[in-house]
Amino acid sequence: MSRSAGLSPRSLDARSATPLRASSFRWRREWTPYLFIAPLIVYLPAVFAYPLFYNALISFQNFTIRSVVTGTADFVGLDNFRAVLSNPVSWLALRNTAIFAASSLFFQYVIGLALALLFTRAFPLKGFMRGIMLLPWLLPSVATVTVWLWLFDGTNGLINYFLMQLHVIAMPVSWLNSPSSALAAVIMVNVWVGIPFNLVILYSGIQAIPKELYEAAEIDGARAFQRFRFVTLPLLKPVNAVLLLLGLIYTLKQFDIIYILTKGGPGNATQVLSTWSYGLSFRDMRFGQGAAVGNIMLLISLTAAIWYAFFTRREPGQ
Amino acid sequence: MIRRDRGVATLLYFLVAGFATVVMLFPLYSMVMTSILTQPQLYRLPPYLLPPQLDLSAYVVAFSDQLRPIVTSAIIGALTVVFSLTIAIPAAYGLAQFKLWITGVVMLALLITQMIPSIMLATPLYLMFNRAGLTDTYFGLVVATSTSGIPFAVVLLRAFLEKVPKELREAALIDGASEFAVLWRIIIPISRPAIITAGLSIFLFSWADFVYALTLTPTGKIVPLTIGIYKYIGTYSVQWNLIMAASVLASIPAALLLILAQRYVTAGLTVGAVKG
Repeated sequence: MSRSAGLSPRSLDARSATPLRASSFRWRREWTPYLFIAPLIVYLPAVFAYPLFYNALISFQNFTIRSVVTGTADFVGLDNFRAVLSNPVSWLALRNTAIFAASSLFFQYVIGLALALLFTRAFPLKGFMRGIMLLPWLLPSVATVTVWLWLFDGTNGLINYFLMQLHVIAMPVSWLNSPSSALAAVIMVNVWVGIPFNLVILYSGIQAIPKELYEAAEIDGARAFQRFRFVTLPLLKPVNAVLLLLGLIYTLKQFDIIYILTKGGPGNATQVLSTWSYGLSFRDMRFGQGAAVGNIMLLISLTAAIWYAFFTRREPGQ
Repeated sequence: MIRRDRGVATLLYFLVAGFATVVMLFPLYSMVMTSILTQPQLYRLPPYLLPPQLDLSAYVVAFSDQLRPIVTSAIIGALTVVFSLTIAIPAAYGLAQFKLWITGVVMLALLITQMIPSIMLATPLYLMFNRAGLTDTYFGLVVATSTSGIPFAVVLLRAFLEKVPKELREAALIDGASEFAVLWRIIIPISRPAIITAGLSIFLFSWADFVYALTLTPTGKIVPLTIGIYKYIGTYSVQWNLIMAASVLASIPAALLLILAQRYVTAGLTVGAVKG
């Protein structure tokens, strides 16, 4: 480091010439750290707390397209929540969200773990393969999801082509246009996007397990599967908890994949809470109800997070 | 004998991993392959698995169609990086190097912000921005897309800055440096790798943003690239080679980043990032 890092002693001298030297110094010492975080302290309430409050507020208002212009809306109590909860589509969206989240988490985790275990072995091009496998997670979702739209295409899509070559299906299936297969199709795309994330986290989790434990288990005569069952799996428990929480939050947030592939259709077959909230607000212009669904989503995420905090606190040795 | 077993095992691992990589990357291969087909070739049955030629005409059309959206997204991305780092760097420094009563509260708040679905934030932001005349503006999209970048950057940079010895700051202060000079001349230069990771991630969040681009540009006066591609799907529902060429163009920054800085990307991922 050069001496020029010694900075501006002159400005300090000029200021310390005042009689208030000691107190101003102390004032600066105590308040400077707050000056550093001040922009963030202004930013967080402005961009998160206030909008969340506003969202909560309009979920109790009859906020319509007219309110967008005037900015005022009548207070209607719990009417929006009542309307949302009595709408069968809401329950369908909740059910779809549960299926979407549970199956995405399950397959992402199982495939991610299998790949992570594989990548702990030594073989050529391992680093390269692990690196490029991150691409589905890193690339803009609009770009990657659009490809799936083409792959799922009924007449020219490669998925139908492969499945027919393998004699799994006899006739082309229009995956995204049929209510029975659309949800499975969007889950498949979400799993594909999520595998790299699970792989990276689980891989670093496995790397962090002390090698001595495996050596000790081997001396005790544990076979490969037993070492996995009694060393790897138990020691991955904290990593699993993080992955489960992050995966759940991420899956609840997921909007792009479903909106681009199916817009929640056909006939609400892939409607989840995020697309449903968007549809209520921006398609039906029922902002109050859209906000109500948004609040329900946030409640689910926060419940999961609190449960997670509670769970990890009770685990010793974290 | 043992050595040969090990060789067989290595070959087996290589083949399985290679197969998994091919399957995982097949959609991306298909993206690139489709982008170099001509219009009639898209509908050939059986479909092409290998490109019959290298035809870049779809790129020429896609690039000229999407040039404005590309520039728009690049500007929004760059401004978001500057805006976000201006807030995040001093904040991370303050939270890492000083004992403040507020630190715990701020960190908890940052954690919670990462759980908020962006589609949920989009509704109130749209209504607020609409009243303030900020829909269809660069500023509005910069603020909106910074909501995923700033919390992430603060958490990432704070984790890095906590490892910087406190004595460094004290020594500089004794030498007569001001607090801000310490940040500007010492802390920022030594945390360059972490700042680069944070900056690139913020750029990519902003570049890939779909939710805010969809909700906060109601009149279409500003068209970010994600919306440019999305509109392609509607208008050119048959021109898949153009759509795929545009998707490849949109993917280039992230792919470049992975090639140039895989170490940083992986580090950024494991810091507890929640994308979307």
